Amino acid sequence: MHNLIIQFWPSVIDGTTTGAIYALMALGYTLVYGVLRLINFAHSEVFMVGTFASLFTLHALGITHAPGGIAAIGVFILITLAAMAASGLVAVGVERVAYRPLRKRNSTSLANLISAIGMSFFLQEVFALRYGRDLIPFPRVLQKNVLFHIGTGVVRSDKLLVVVGALVMMFILDRFVNGTRLGRGIRAVAQDPSTAMLMGVNIDRVITLTFLLGGIMAGAAAMLYGTFYEVTQYNIGFVIGIKGFTAAVLGGIGNIRGALIGGFALGLIETFGGAIFHAQWVDVVAFSVLVLVLLVRPTGILGENLQRARA
Amino acid sequence: MLLEVKDLRVYYGKIEALRGISLQVDAGEIVCLIGANGAGKTTTLKTISGLRKVSHGSVTFKGGDITSMPGHQRVTLGLCQSPEGRGIFPGMTVMENLEMGAYSRKKKESEIIAADFERVFGLFPRLSERRKQVAGTMSGGEQQMIAIGRALMAAPDLLLLDEPSMGLAPKLVTQIFEIIREINSQGTTVLLVEQNATQALSVSNRAYVLETGEITRSAPASELLNDDFIRVAYLGE
Repeated sequence: MHNLIIQFWPSVIDGTTTGAIYALMALGYTLVYGVLRLINFAHSEVFMVGTFASLFTLHALGITHAPGGIAAIGVFILITLAAMAASGLVAVGVERVAYRPLRKRNSTSLANLISAIGMSFFLQEVFALRYGRDLIPFPRVLQKNVLFHIGTGVVRSDKLLVVVGALVMMFILDRFVNGTRLGRGIRAVAQDPSTAMLMGVNIDRVITLTFLLGGIMAGAAAMLYGTFYEVTQYNIGFVIGIKGFTAAVLGGIGNIRGALIGGFALGLIETFGGAIFHAQWVDVVAFSVLVLVLLVRPTGILGENLQRARA
Repeated sequence: MLLEVKDLRVYYGKIEALRGISLQVDAGEIVCLIGANGAGKTTTLKTISGLRKVSHGSVTFKGGDITSMPGHQRVTLGLCQSPEGRGIFPGMTVMENLEMGAYSRKKKESEIIAADFERVFGLFPRLSERRKQVAGTMSGGEQQMIAIGRALMAAPDLLLLDEPSMGLAPKLVTQIFEIIREINSQGTTVLLVEQNATQALSVSNRAYVLETGEITRSAPASELLNDDFIRVAYLGE
């Protein structure tokens, strides 16, 4: 108990930081589930490719230590764009190669699942064969300065960057989906695909757009992850992917705001779980949450999206 | 001739849902398709809209063959369907639903689109009052108004209506049919599918009778209204 009191604020800060990354990942699962009713299990590799893209950009720029001032901002913009572009393209590619041909043949969801697993292994092995199976370090991009304290907790610049960066991306996504014509198209397909088609919505194009958006969010998560943890690996997406999926289920799969809540909730739950039991129990706590949610409230915190009450 | 359907055959698996249907709709008409449940009325409309694959036959719209054109492109050509069971987007507001109707229209048309919103709100003052309400929380009659209004927002030359009176109170049914007549008098051609044959025939110019996937009668609506066989079979007399 004493431990928990000391650990309270640090846990809040760390839980929010990891939660922000989970939330960004959860968005990818939830968006795709919303329009296609399928879990894109290759999404973890979409993330992995994003980490490599920002790493290679850092190498190409010759960054070996944290740049300062305006240069730092320029570097961040570049690695963010590189990660988003790479992840976005891979996500769209996965849809084209692994899902679209099956969809045109009206395949079962089991076939989609197998296709996703195949895609996942393929991407992992490509990176493993090319770049090895060991952890690959990132150069430091951001000086990890202590900015301020909350209670006993220390807020460092990199943690603040992760949380703020993730919130900005979520805000942009929310505005896009709820405030633009294309976003309305996505929601229409999620709510009623046949009627959406009757209104002139090109469903294939909406699906591509949805994968692209999910990929961009995973790319942002990948850049933030690389900056924060400073490593990557061919299978780096595995655990993050499952956590993102857990967060999506926890919040209510198919529900964008649910993904955000689920992400932060999972980050906090597992960090507090780690503080109460032991840091090694973090994943046990996280996956116990997944099992519990599936048992007790399979529709998640916010429940099935009200937009699809009739789906 | 605005729409011509020739010898249309459509299968659901091995079941032949449409067994060679032919029909025509001329510009300015209201044409209705009546028939019992399962006769193939909805399938006919869905096939014309591009939601069902055609095994045989053709659909011609404005003189062009659209038999294998993807459904979403047919909307741009001027063909829009209001689906059965109201088929609104339940999680969107009234305004967003109507905007979905104008989804495939160009930005530069914005002034005409604004005028079309006014037209729809003129036909359905109720929707004007409730622009911001989430459509899924509205009554059956209001949802039907949204579905029809939304299809009109596509500015179609041919409006396909699938069971617009289904599940509505008698007073509302009369109102909906008055509005259909009004829409037609404003220049939109209407192809209507209905189980409520009396009301449908009374607003239509011509009608087709559909039985188990085949057209068995084709005549002016007034003639069918006074036909003894039709009165017994479809008008419940």
